[in-house]
Amino acid sequence: MTNEPRIIERNALNRLLEVLVQEGYQIVGPTLGEGAIVYGPVQSSEDFPAGWTDEQEGGVYRLKKRADKALFGYVVGPHSWKKYLHPPERRLWTGQANGTDFELTPEPIESTRFAFFGVRSCELHAIEIQDRVFIHDDHVDEDYKARRENAFVVVVQCGQAGKTCFCVSMNTGPKAESGYDLALTEILDEGRHFFHAVAGSPKGAAILQQVEARAATSSDNAEAEETVQKASQQMGRTLDTAGVKELLQENAEHPRWDLVADRCLSCANCTMVCPTCFCSTVEDTTDLTGDHTERWQKWDSCFTMDFSYLHGGSVRASTKSRYRQWLTHKLSSWIDQFGSSGCVGCGRCVTWCPVGIDLTEEVRSIREDKLVPLSSKKEASNGNA
Amino acid sequence: MAGKRKPKVAVWKFASCDGCQLSLLDCEDELLAVAEEIEIANFPEASRAVVKGPYDLSLVEGSITTPHDEERIHQVRRSSKFLVAIGACATAGGIQALRNFKDVQDFISIVYATPDYIDTLRTSSAISEHVRVDFELRGCPINKMQLVEVISAYLKDRKPVTPAHSVCVECKRRGTVCVMVSQGTFCMGPVTHAGCEAICPSYNRGCYGCFGPKETPNTESLSEWSKENGMAGEELVRAYRSFNACATPFRKESERHD
Repeated sequence: MTNEPRIIERNALNRLLEVLVQEGYQIVGPTLGEGAIVYGPVQSSEDFPAGWTDEQEGGVYRLKKRADKALFGYVVGPHSWKKYLHPPERRLWTGQANGTDFELTPEPIESTRFAFFGVRSCELHAIEIQDRVFIHDDHVDEDYKARRENAFVVVVQCGQAGKTCFCVSMNTGPKAESGYDLALTEILDEGRHFFHAVAGSPKGAAILQQVEARAATSSDNAEAEETVQKASQQMGRTLDTAGVKELLQENAEHPRWDLVADRCLSCANCTMVCPTCFCSTVEDTTDLTGDHTERWQKWDSCFTMDFSYLHGGSVRASTKSRYRQWLTHKLSSWIDQFGSSGCVGCGRCVTWCPVGIDLTEEVRSIREDKLVPLSSKKEASNGNA
Repeated sequence: MAGKRKPKVAVWKFASCDGCQLSLLDCEDELLAVAEEIEIANFPEASRAVVKGPYDLSLVEGSITTPHDEERIHQVRRSSKFLVAIGACATAGGIQALRNFKDVQDFISIVYATPDYIDTLRTSSAISEHVRVDFELRGCPINKMQLVEVISAYLKDRKPVTPAHSVCVECKRRGTVCVMVSQGTFCMGPVTHAGCEAICPSYNRGCYGCFGPKETPNTESLSEWSKENGMAGEELVRAYRSFNACATPFRKESERHD
């Protein structure tokens, strides 16, 4: 077994998918959905969005035709892999009345072995962040853990970046360095179309060995490196992370929060598309007889009123307090809680916010204003009062 | 034992199309269970049999549009332990509340051959403007599964699970691609109460706001978006003036552009 890079020709890619299926994996990957590239079941490489790309801006996503037939020539779409690892809705248990007693039946732990095909570096970092929440924290989510341990991760390195991308700022890409089973780089060059493949785990190496491929030459390696380098030069956004933890914690009453609250729809789209947002609610329902009860876990969001509902009402009643909670958790208190930022720079919250609220712009505004020392501003306003 | 008595449920109709109360009959799979668990005491759409009150639960459909109904709703309230308003008419005045923006006498003189026969109020109003309402179930029409949930909850003394967050949450949970972001289509989803399971965006159309305003709706920001995307003020007026035209946040937003 060797970990040397291999070259898989485009027309041999289906063999890789066949091997994954033979090994018992259910492949999910990018497909052409209604208006966007979304993640769904994949049977063959024909299901990938050949010849399509995306153009993104704050609040705008458009599918566009590419000049070539690249399968992975897009950035990231509205879906993330969390829909498979931490599903939007999942029954936790059912309860059945049984004379004077009742019986609880926990939902079986998910046993599907997913092969995630086309994972980007930012997404891989997002999965690792959710691992810290669901597996490496005090309370282990056994269902997540099983899904995660069963999963086979095929990275496809980014060959381009979008206008809302900023993984370079967050140090999460564009090149996936580890944490995958296989990493592919798609190369289209002078009529050739092939994939540069590197195994990142014994599982990955064993799969790669079964696929028709040749050893990569040094020029293939250089071309793969160049491809991902190109993406790193195309970041549409930047976020200065220096001292951002303190910056946001010290600016809880910054006037910028009022401005963003004027625009924020509190619709929760940013949290739903965020690949690291992990909050869920539980809903208990009974049927009409009252003999049958179910508990469901559903994605929740800090933008809803119910999220912070305590006895007597919601703690964060204003949109301002909810947006501030989200952004300061993501970029600041997440570090205290889990030892890393909660943001991977994928840009989904910027693109999929219907009104295009841009967290990089929010942080920049707070930071630039911060250049005026807070204490002197206070003194000035006190002096005027 | 008193506990074995089936709860008495009554269904009342005011100004409405009957669509919401028919949701109860649409509960095909659940209907037998419903009939097992409750005594339908008054439900003219289903049976002529009327059982006298008081009732454990009254489901009220429709808005208040006549002096007669204005009195009748107080009788319903007096004879009901719980009163649940169902549907956009009962919770916001319905599509017929469009009259509230005009002079109803003008309509009467145009529409009816003998206007003298018509005894109507100036406005169409929600049930909660007349009597205390224990719960409002939104929608035009209501979602039948939510109706079963509300009946179950009231019969078991628990809070119904009918979240007041945006339709967007439902779109995202089901994986629907946002029509605003991916196509520039105007969609009421970000300001609209969930409950329909985001039907329209899943058919590639913007949300029409059938479930009325969500909690904390930022209609001004949505209007700002629509103007930037080339919508005229009058189009916004029409968007907000539909089934929930007189729900306060929608009414105020339409008036801003009128």
